[in-house]
Amino acid sequence: MSRSSRSVIPGFGLTLGYTLFYLGVIVLIPLGGLFYKTAGMGWDDFTRAAFDPQVVHSYKVSFGAAFAAALLNAVFGLLVAWVLVRYTFPGKRVIDALVDLPFALPTAVAGIALAALYAPNGWIGSWAQPLYADFVASLERLVPAVPWQAFLGNRLAFDLPGIFIALTFIGLPFVVRTVQPVLEEIEPELEEAAATLGATRLQTLRRIIFPAVLPALITGFALSFARAVGEYGSVVFIAGNMPFRSEISPVLIVAKLEAFDYAGATAIATVMLVASFVLLLVINLLQRWTRRHDAA
Amino acid sequence: MKLRLFPVLAAALAALSLAPAAHAQRAARPVELLNVSYDPTRELYTDFNRAFAAHWKKETGQDVRIRQSHGGSGSQARAIIDGLAADVATLALAFDVDVLHSRGQLIPADWQSRLPHNSSPYTSTIVFVVRKGNPKGIKDWPDIVKPGVAVVTPNPKTSGGARWNYLAAYAYGLKANNDDHEAAKKFVGDVYRNVPVLDPAARGATTTFAQRGIGDVFLAWDNEAFLALREFPNEGLEIVVPSISILAEPPVTVVDKNVDKKGSRKVAEAYLKFLYTEEGQDIIGKHFYRPAVSEAAKAKYASQFPAITLVTIDEVFGGWAKAQPEHFGDGGVFDQIYRR
Repeated sequence: MSRSSRSVIPGFGLTLGYTLFYLGVIVLIPLGGLFYKTAGMGWDDFTRAAFDPQVVHSYKVSFGAAFAAALLNAVFGLLVAWVLVRYTFPGKRVIDALVDLPFALPTAVAGIALAALYAPNGWIGSWAQPLYADFVASLERLVPAVPWQAFLGNRLAFDLPGIFIALTFIGLPFVVRTVQPVLEEIEPELEEAAATLGATRLQTLRRIIFPAVLPALITGFALSFARAVGEYGSVVFIAGNMPFRSEISPVLIVAKLEAFDYAGATAIATVMLVASFVLLLVINLLQRWTRRHDAA
Repeated sequence: MKLRLFPVLAAALAALSLAPAAHAQRAARPVELLNVSYDPTRELYTDFNRAFAAHWKKETGQDVRIRQSHGGSGSQARAIIDGLAADVATLALAFDVDVLHSRGQLIPADWQSRLPHNSSPYTSTIVFVVRKGNPKGIKDWPDIVKPGVAVVTPNPKTSGGARWNYLAAYAYGLKANNDDHEAAKKFVGDVYRNVPVLDPAARGATTTFAQRGIGDVFLAWDNEAFLALREFPNEGLEIVVPSISILAEPPVTVVDKNVDKKGSRKVAEAYLKFLYTEEGQDIIGKHFYRPAVSEAAKAKYASQFPAITLVTIDEVFGGWAKAQPEHFGDGGVFDQIYRR
């Protein structure tokens, strides 16, 4: 039985070699180049470029908006996936296909369309804009201790909410498409068994369904978040891009490239990359923890 | 193998059939030029290229095909440095052409003295576009810093054209305050405090103002302003000419390294010289640029350009090499506006 340590499928060496080569060419070499360019600039120049107050504020906007958008997508993406898996209704296939549209649409087109909709003279903006401004104003009145405007802006388009709207739009498919197959795997018999054992609907949801989809939901959240952090094309048209308010980090990268400051641009990119990597790592650990927790 | 063989065979056949023809017509072999330009010149050069192709055909019997590339002035300059084989560069500001020398070594340092009028066959300036009936009563620079007036202008750090807007405002600030730079900085700061949206590029700002209904006044090149009026006739937009503005001189140059490699120097130089002829200057005026050299074209189009005091970047700001880092560099005057 000396063969027992071997895999049933041959070719491990070949496929691993190919995987490493492929990842090397597609991912590691470009990223290595990025770090190499940054490494050439010295620590002082690096901190000056990457931790300038304006840049630091843009990190907060980029990561904050991406986090909020991914969170919203996690909730409503789960809902959409649930509806698509558990019910049959006319037009289901159309809705299923619609979910993928944000994948396919060029992001600039999405940005322009969203800006046209949510602008003060747009279909949605013309009536929702005053409501939103009132909403933020009343929050400021009710809880004056929190600087609501700084978090929520006071306009829908061309302010922080615009960034949130664009990032929610582009991130939705990631959650739906990761959760959907997992939901399909959960057999309805499990729920029926829970019901016969006396579980209420809420208990079934909390104890049976939610733990099963949680790892997939976290993956979907992470993908949606990662996609949103680096998004440029759709955001610039609707963000307003005001420094210290609604300016995302990629806009500053473009500004630095425009001034031929390649090193400064890569410095910001490096910080974003490292931060994203750490966050994704944490999310992965969290996901593994929920899986183990679930199994125990 | 069959599939691989096919293109090779096809290419060989094509070469065989073309070779004698090419040999026979060596003198009149068509030539191709690539003009790399900035955003708003699209319509100007489409028209101009047609005229030049006819002119060149008449002079030499050779066909010339001109391809155009348009985009933000800075990114176009970067594309040329990174290897875009431009024969001529016609950009928004001298700074972007300077980098072709300083970073790309593609043109000599004295490029700007090779053609008349600082190598700028046309000039332009910054004017105001306001809404129908000018409801906020905007007449001059002090009106746009009043509270409650929203100003639309792109981000000067990403848009070459927007740097002219900024410098025009600064020039007014200097003039109104006896050349006090601190007061001028404060004035420019007040202008940008009234800016609700900083678009990354000029065309985006036009959309924001004309289509999204944002802002009361839009700072624009005068040719862009005329274009906005023509493109959005239902908005009833109006042009307001301020008391003072800046003379924007978009320069042109042959990209020496590229034309020498391609052997297209002769036609590329003729192309740029044609911009200075009566015919070229007339096309320039027709597209709302200010003809720089032809007195006839200046007179013909004088009515569309109201009289306005124009200052140059050289006399007020000491040239682009000085103004660029001082105002638009990291931590420069523009960055300081948002830091206070």
